[in-house]
Amino acid sequence: MREAIKLKGETGIWEMVIGLEIHAQVNCKSKLFSGSATDFGASPNSQVSYVDAAMPGMLPVINSEAVNQAIKTGHALNAKINNISIFDRKNYFYPDLPQGYQISQFKSPIVGEGWINIDLGKGEIKKIGIERLHLEQDAGKLMHDQHPRLSFVDLNRSGIPLMEIVSKPDMRDWEEAGAYLRKLRSIVRYIGSCDGNMDQGSLRCDANISVRRPGEEFGTRCELKNINSVKFMMKAVEFEAYRQIEIIENGGEVKQETRLYDPNKNETRSMRSKEEAHDYRYFPDPDLLPLNISNDRIEKYKDELPELPDQKRERFQKDYGLSFYDADVLTADKSYADFFEIVSKGRDAKFVANWVITNFFAMLNEVEKSIEESPVNAQQLGELFDLIQDGTISGRTAKDVFEEMFTNGGRANDIVEAKGLKQISNTDELESMAKKIIEDNSEQVSKYKNGNEKLFGWFVGQMMKNTGGTANPKVVNEILKTLLNK
Amino acid sequence: MTKISNLGVVETLKGLNKKDFSSVEVTKEYLQLIENEKKLNAYIHFNTEKSLSLAELSDERRAKNEALPLDGLPIAVKDIFCVKGERTSACSKILENFIPNYESTVTSKLWQAGGVYIGKTSMDEFAMGSSNETSYFGSVVNPWSKEEEKLVPGGSSGGSASAVAARLAPIALGTDTGGSIRQPASFCGTVGMKPTYGRCSRWGIIAFASSLDQAGPLTRSVQDSALILQNMAGFDNLDSTSVDIKVPNFLDSCSRSIKGMKIGIPKEYKINELSSEVENIWNEGIRWLQDAGAEIVEVKLPHTKYALPTYYIVAPAEASANLARYDGVKYGYRKEDIKDLEQMYSQTRAEGFGEEVKRRILIGTYVLSAGYYDAYYLRAQKVRTKIVEDFNLAFKNCDAILTPTAPTGAFKVGEKNMDPVTMYMNDVFTVPASLAGLPAISIPSGLDSNGYPLGLQLIGKGFDEETLFSVGTILEKSANFKSI
Repeated sequence: MREAIKLKGETGIWEMVIGLEIHAQVNCKSKLFSGSATDFGASPNSQVSYVDAAMPGMLPVINSEAVNQAIKTGHALNAKINNISIFDRKNYFYPDLPQGYQISQFKSPIVGEGWINIDLGKGEIKKIGIERLHLEQDAGKLMHDQHPRLSFVDLNRSGIPLMEIVSKPDMRDWEEAGAYLRKLRSIVRYIGSCDGNMDQGSLRCDANISVRRPGEEFGTRCELKNINSVKFMMKAVEFEAYRQIEIIENGGEVKQETRLYDPNKNETRSMRSKEEAHDYRYFPDPDLLPLNISNDRIEKYKDELPELPDQKRERFQKDYGLSFYDADVLTADKSYADFFEIVSKGRDAKFVANWVITNFFAMLNEVEKSIEESPVNAQQLGELFDLIQDGTISGRTAKDVFEEMFTNGGRANDIVEAKGLKQISNTDELESMAKKIIEDNSEQVSKYKNGNEKLFGWFVGQMMKNTGGTANPKVVNEILKTLLNK
Repeated sequence: MTKISNLGVVETLKGLNKKDFSSVEVTKEYLQLIENEKKLNAYIHFNTEKSLSLAELSDERRAKNEALPLDGLPIAVKDIFCVKGERTSACSKILENFIPNYESTVTSKLWQAGGVYIGKTSMDEFAMGSSNETSYFGSVVNPWSKEEEKLVPGGSSGGSASAVAARLAPIALGTDTGGSIRQPASFCGTVGMKPTYGRCSRWGIIAFASSLDQAGPLTRSVQDSALILQNMAGFDNLDSTSVDIKVPNFLDSCSRSIKGMKIGIPKEYKINELSSEVENIWNEGIRWLQDAGAEIVEVKLPHTKYALPTYYIVAPAEASANLARYDGVKYGYRKEDIKDLEQMYSQTRAEGFGEEVKRRILIGTYVLSAGYYDAYYLRAQKVRTKIVEDFNLAFKNCDAILTPTAPTGAFKVGEKNMDPVTMYMNDVFTVPASLAGLPAISIPSGLDSNGYPLGLQLIGKGFDEETLFSVGTILEKSANFKSI
C-alpha cells in the first residue's frame, strides 16, 4: 500500500490533513436566479439582467436546469440528494456583490454526504468522503485597470450558478489532494455538469490544511484561497504544511485564518484572521421557497447518469483487455475515452491503447493542445493504424507519417503514397536484394558464421538502407535468417 | 350631476361607459384637485402629460367599443411600486432620483386593464412607519384634520389613504407589511385591503420585508376594493412566492349573504392600549354582523401578545438584507468626495437613509448576528409558526375574525414620532394577520370623540378574500360611514 508523504521537521515526523472546497461553475445556459446568459469572455456587463444588477424590486427565480445539474453531480459523488433544501442569504458588502448578499445554501444543502475513489497510481485507490454539495451564486468582478482613479465593476459573472463541493478532511498529502481534484474534475466533465476549465475559472479550489504528529488529533487549520490549477494547489499545500510545521517546532501556534496563495512567489500570505472573519448573518432567503425535489426527479437523473470514470476504466480492462494503467490513463478524461473507443473499433485495442498513449498523447502534450484541438482526429488516426496492421507501413514509418499528418495535415494513405513510404513485403524482391548484399559482403558473412551474431543487425540495417526504411522488418528478418544460416 | 371626484371606482367606470364624461375629463379633474390640495402632500411625483395621453388612448378605445375592464380609471400609485419611466424612490433620499426601466407586475396588470396613471403617493421611507412622518418628502396630512390640528394619515401607505379620502383619486395602491394598508385606511376613513400573501406578485415592488410584503388597494368602498383586487391579483412566475391559484370573482362576493357565517372574536385583542371608543365601535360591529344573521363565536389566539415583538424582529431582519443593495455603487444616492470604499458605503448609507430606516437596519443586523441569531431571529420564527397555528385552530370554528384595525384613531403630527415603541403599538392588531400571511381588510366603521375615523378589521382564511368582501359589505352598510 502507498504510504502518504510525511514531512520531516527538526523534531520529528509530521502528517498533513487536507480537505478541499471546490467551486464548480454549473454548465448551464442561464444564471442561477435569472435568465441572463453565462458565456465566458463576453464584453463587460453584456450579460446582466435587472435581477443580476440587484435593481429595486427584482426577485430571484430558481433555474431548474442548474438544480438538475446539481442532482446529477450528487449522484456521481455517490451522495444523498435532499428532498428539501433551503437557499440562504450570506450578507456582506462588496462592490462586486450587487445585492449586498450572496444567495447560497447554508444549513440545508441540496446534496449531503457522499464519496469518490481517487487513484494513487499502481492500481491503488483511496476513498475520499464528500461532506456536501450546495448551490450558490457567483459574484461579479472588479476591474482596477480601466481608470486612474476609479474601479469598475463587471457583473457578467454575477449570479452565475456554482456548485460548492466540500470534501471531508480525508487527504493526507498533496499527491492525494491532486488526485482528488483531478478525479472530481474528471467526474463533472463526464456528466457534463461543469466544463472543469480551471484557467477560465469555471473550477476553483480552496484548500484547508493542518499538520499533526502521526496518530494525534487534528491541528489548527488554515484555508488557502485563490488556487487556480492542480499544480498550484499541490505546491500551495506543500508550502503551507512546511510553514505550519516550522511555527509549531519553534514553539508557536498556528492561527486559524484565511490565507492567499501567491503562485508567482510560491507562498501563502495571511488574508484575514478568525477574529476578522465576516459575520455573514445567514438566514433563509424569504424571496425563495424551500427547494423541493421529488423522488421521481432524483431517480430520473440517477437512471440517466452516464458511465463514470471508474466504471469506464473497469469496462476498458475487461472488454479490451487493457492494463489498469492504460485503462486509467484513457478514462481519466471522457474525451480520451471517447477518442480511444472510436479508434479501437474493429482494430487491435491493446495496440491502439499503447499507440495512443505513447505517441498521440505525447504529441498533444508537446504542443500543449487538448484532444479537441488535435489536428488529427480519431478516424484519421484509425486509417493510419490500418496501414500498420495490414503491413503497408512499418511501425517506425507510421510515426513519421503521423508527425506529418499532425504538422502539415493530410491523410495517412496520401502521405504514404506521395512519399513512397509503402513497406516492401514482396519476398522475391527482398530476397534478391538480400542475396546481393550477402554476395557483396563475404567478409561480414564469414564473421557472422563464425559466431558474431551481432552482425545480423548489420545486414538488417543494409536492407533498410537500400529500401529507404520501407522494407517489412519481419519479412527481412525471415529472409536473412534463411539465407545466412544456409 | 355628481362631481366626478365623488364617484368611486365602480361609479366612475359606469359614467365612462355611459359617456357621461370622458377619461380625459376625469383625469383633468383629478389633476386639478391634486393641484388644489397640495397642502396635504399626498402626492410626490406626477407626469401630467403621461396621464393625459393614457386617458386619450383610453377614450379612443372606448369610442371603438374596445373598452377594457378599468378603462379610463385614474389610479394613484404608492411610491414603492416601480413604474417604468417614473421616479420611484420609496420616499427615500437614497433613491430620490431613481427611474426604473421596468414596470411592477401589479401596476402592469392595472395599466393593461386600462387604468390611467395619475401620480405617485407619499409613504413612510421604505414603508417603515405608521404615520407617514418618515417620508423624505415630508409629512402627509390626513384630510380629516381640523384647521390648526394636523393629523397623520397613518402609514406607511399614508399618501394613498390621504389621497383616496380627500378624493384626489378614486383608488390608490398601497402595500402592507405589518398593517401599512389597513392602519392608514382606518385613520383616513377608507377601505384598505391586504390580500393573502402570494395573491399579488411582489415583482417590481421595492422590498421591505419579503415574507410579509403584499400589495393591495385603498378605496372608498368595499366593492371598489373587490374590483381593483380582481385586476391586481394572479400568479406571476417572476415571483417565486406568488401562488398559482384561481382568482375568484370578488365583485360577486360583495353581494353574498352572511347568514349562518361564524364570526370569531378574539379576547386577546382587548388590550390595555385599546381606547374605549374603539372598543365601542368593535362591539357595534359585532351587533351589525349578528343582525345580518352571522353567529358570533369567541376564538382564542393565545400568541397574539408575542406578535408585535416577533414582527419587529422578522421584518427588520429581512429589511437589513433587502436594503443592502442601496450602497451607492450601482444607482441611487452616492456620497461624493470619499477617500475609500468603506467611507463610500458608510457615508452613502448614513446620509441616504433616514433615522427610522437606519434603526431597523441596525435591529435587523443585530438579530441576525452570530450569538444573537438563535435568541432573536430563530425564536421569532418559532413564534411566527405558533401564530399561524393559532389562526389555523381559530378558523376551524369561524369563517372570519373581527377586530379593531388600530388601538386608537389618528393622532397629531409629531405626537408619537419621538418614541419608536409607542409608534410600533399602532400595528398591534394588524401584524398577526401579516405574520400568518392571511388576508385582512379594514372597513371605516365610525368616528372617535374627536370626530376622526375608526376602522374595523376582518381577518380571513388564506385565499378567502371573498368572505372578507361579503362580511365587509355588511359592515360598510351598517356603519353607513360618511366620508368627507
